[in-house]
Amino acid sequence: MTFHYNVDGGYPEMAGRASTKFKSVLKDLGVAPSVIRRVSIAMYEGEINMVIHANGGDIRCEVETDKIRVVLADQGPGIPNLELAMQAGWSTASQEARELGFGAGMGFPNMKKYSDALDVQTEVGVGTTLTLDFLI
Amino acid sequence: MTVGDLAELSCLQLATEGTGLDAPVDGGYVGDLLSVVMGNAQANQVWVTIQSHVNIIAVAALAGIPAIIIAHGYEPERETLEKAKEEGIEIFTTKLDSFSIIRTLILEKGL
Repeated sequence: MTFHYNVDGGYPEMAGRASTKFKSVLKDLGVAPSVIRRVSIAMYEGEINMVIHANGGDIRCEVETDKIRVVLADQGPGIPNLELAMQAGWSTASQEARELGFGAGMGFPNMKKYSDALDVQTEVGVGTTLTLDFLI
Repeated sequence: MTVGDLAELSCLQLATEGTGLDAPVDGGYVGDLLSVVMGNAQANQVWVTIQSHVNIIAVAALAGIPAIIIAHGYEPERETLEKAKEEGIEIFTTKLDSFSIIRTLILEKGL
């Protein structure tokens, strides 16, 4: 089963809608709470990044018998230094976003920690696509 | 313990409608950086924060947090209350700062 979510950019306070909706889907499908928690945390982080840094994007969620795949694609500025972006505490979020409690620099660390596999394809000026896999 | 047991504390004001007061609470987490809370808070914990915008509801819903205490006199925005109702999450406000409300939760409620 595949689910699509369109994410608007620019309003970080409103981010998390897609993740919340997909969480409900997983609950209805009877997926184990521990798996739902991991998917929710990692997907939320990707969704937040998409809103804060890339002016939104599209999320595709695939539910299979043995795994869940979440693909987040944006046409934002891309990530110039992925190694730095993966480090805990590193963030390029705006002061405005930080005042709202975003920009802790835990986005990628949380995605890595709570998924079973994380793939990042990024090109400056073109966009970023994250693929997160979760084994059920 | 339930969310309703927390509502007995006079230093807490319930800002939502109280439909989720039966939800269990077995601990707490404090933090204002959303990703840190998201990555570390556990389900059934009450969350103490000074953030009051609507995204705290997304964090709580995804992390399985049944109640949020907004400390230090900050007030939730209208959108926050609407979203909280939608997700069945209770919001309390308190004039106390985060340290003081946590101390009260520990001393008076044994959290």
